[in-house]
Amino acid sequence: MLELSRLHRRFAGFQALDDVSLSIAPGEFLALLGPSGSGKTTLLRILAGLDYPDSGSVLKGEEDFLATPARERRIGMVFQHYALFRHLTVIENIAFGLRVRPWRSRPSRSDIRARVDRLLRRVQLEGLGTRYPAQLSGGQRQRVALARALAVEPDLLLLDEPFGALDAQVRVALRRWLRELHEELGLTSIFVTHDQEEALELADRVAVMNNGRIEQVGPPEVIYQQPATPFVCEFIGKVNRFAVRRHADGFAAGGWMPDGDPWHGRFTEAVAYVRPEQLRLAVPSSLPAWLAHLRHIYLAGGVAHLDLYVASLDLALEADVASEDLSRLGLQAGMELRVAPRGAVLFPLDGKGVPLCEERWIWHARSPVAA
Amino acid sequence: MRKRVLPGFGLSLGYAVAYLGLVVLLPLAALAWKASGIGLEGLVRLLSAPRTLAALRLSVGGAVVAALVNVVIGLLVGWVLVRYRFPGRRLFDALVDLPFALPTAVAGIALTTLYAPNGWLGRWLEPLGIKVAYTPLGVFVAMVFVGFPFVVRTLQPVLSSLERDVEEAAESLGAQRWQTFFRVILPMLAPTLLTGFALALARAVGEYGSVIFIAGNIPMRSEIAPLLIVQKLEQFDYAGAAALGVAMLLLSFGLLVLVSLLQRWSQRWAERSA
Repeated sequence: MLELSRLHRRFAGFQALDDVSLSIAPGEFLALLGPSGSGKTTLLRILAGLDYPDSGSVLKGEEDFLATPARERRIGMVFQHYALFRHLTVIENIAFGLRVRPWRSRPSRSDIRARVDRLLRRVQLEGLGTRYPAQLSGGQRQRVALARALAVEPDLLLLDEPFGALDAQVRVALRRWLRELHEELGLTSIFVTHDQEEALELADRVAVMNNGRIEQVGPPEVIYQQPATPFVCEFIGKVNRFAVRRHADGFAAGGWMPDGDPWHGRFTEAVAYVRPEQLRLAVPSSLPAWLAHLRHIYLAGGVAHLDLYVASLDLALEADVASEDLSRLGLQAGMELRVAPRGAVLFPLDGKGVPLCEERWIWHARSPVAA
Repeated sequence: MRKRVLPGFGLSLGYAVAYLGLVVLLPLAALAWKASGIGLEGLVRLLSAPRTLAALRLSVGGAVVAALVNVVIGLLVGWVLVRYRFPGRRLFDALVDLPFALPTAVAGIALTTLYAPNGWLGRWLEPLGIKVAYTPLGVFVAMVFVGFPFVVRTLQPVLSSLERDVEEAAESLGAQRWQTFFRVILPMLAPTLLTGFALALARAVGEYGSVIFIAGNIPMRSEIAPLLIVQKLEQFDYAGAAALGVAMLLLSFGLLVLVSLLQRWSQRWAERSA
């Protein structure tokens, strides 16, 4: 159990961590997700012992983690650019952590050799042990870095943008493989990423960070479906955003009305977020909807992105449909559609136009009808 | 011939060969030709003379030790200049080039003044029994002085491109600082250190101006080989001077080849075959 509490870290002129608290359960796979400069890497480096907070504490059970030097923390760190020792072979790289141990705790030569062989098999690099890092591909280097970190049998595996430098196909394959490895080994893993897809796909829990703060922590489906703040709405996935105003009989935006008012008239304005797949495209005329002009269809494999213009909102919206539904719905660029959200996340605005996250309203259409 | 993005291979190769021939090989050939004038017997007599051997030993041996010392000091200074930010760093950095810029005779006179028995430093070293000026130690000091910038300047760009995360990786894998230094940093710097060593060595072997002032030039003790050559020239013994020059040249060349072999070995990991 790792308990981070009230961590602050300030670099010249900017707050990298601002009152960050987080607890991490043993065996958990946690993603730290955020844009660059959000403090996620700083947090990881603090856990690794490569940086120290200005205030706050990190406890591992009863142990004060911050008082423990990096080399005694039993962590395995995988760096963004691999940080392999380029003058050592793959085998020597993996064995490094064992060879530098004081002789009393250092395994024998044959034990080291056996452990390295086991790890080479595990990361599927048998036969490449005598190569130098310069002779490996990016994906292979990343696996060497992982094997090197695992060789010291860490309790905690830390990965800094582990797939950042790889091309798309290798990345997807490698992250599935990493997920399996994590389950096999049963260690606690924390990885940093700016790729929301990667975080949602891989992690048990995702911590979304922004400006040195944790905006939301939760399982991927909660992060995606019940975003806690406007930032999480906008950072995770694509989203349509528009303003909603209160009228005599509830909130409305350009002819569409979410039914009800959970705030009982306390607020007059709100901001609404609707994901592209939450837009219904052919709403019957009996229900309130926007009249939208279909400007363009972007076919992206299995999904088609529709570029809609809603005159009553004076806003372009994006809607996603399965490609095979294009012809079923008879969709063509240039046509007019009746469009309405199936669900939305709304945040009321206070008098100064600041969204109030604690008053979040997750709205669903009363009678979901297939599009 | 295959088409290339940058044309002009033929022209530039021709130019390079012509230049190398005119500026390097032609004088060397003339030297060898001149040296052949003393005949084999003369050569053997010259090279086996105790005075010649002593001078060669001092020139080459002193240069090797001076270059080794320069590698250590240069690594330290380069490290400080690249890794730390402190007031006056730029000035300090500019000072490193001074031995390049100073006329060698000026450097020699300055060093002699410093280390002479009544000089600023010599005054304090003399009572301790350390004599620098007019001894082989003085020759060594001058050689260190002139060779020093080579190591720092070759090392600096490599040091600044050295990635910190490699050191951090070593630490997180449990390495102590000294292990990180000897197992990670030093092996990665070895090829560059060898280049710096070779440059400092080449400079020190042939150094004349700054050494003769501080050396005292006592035959068999603090007399360097280049001085011997100059003496032969003054006695109009051109063939003898040339022969001694060839001997020095061959010795230096052998040393440099050795260094470059070492360098290639230390860089075996950089060869790409994938």
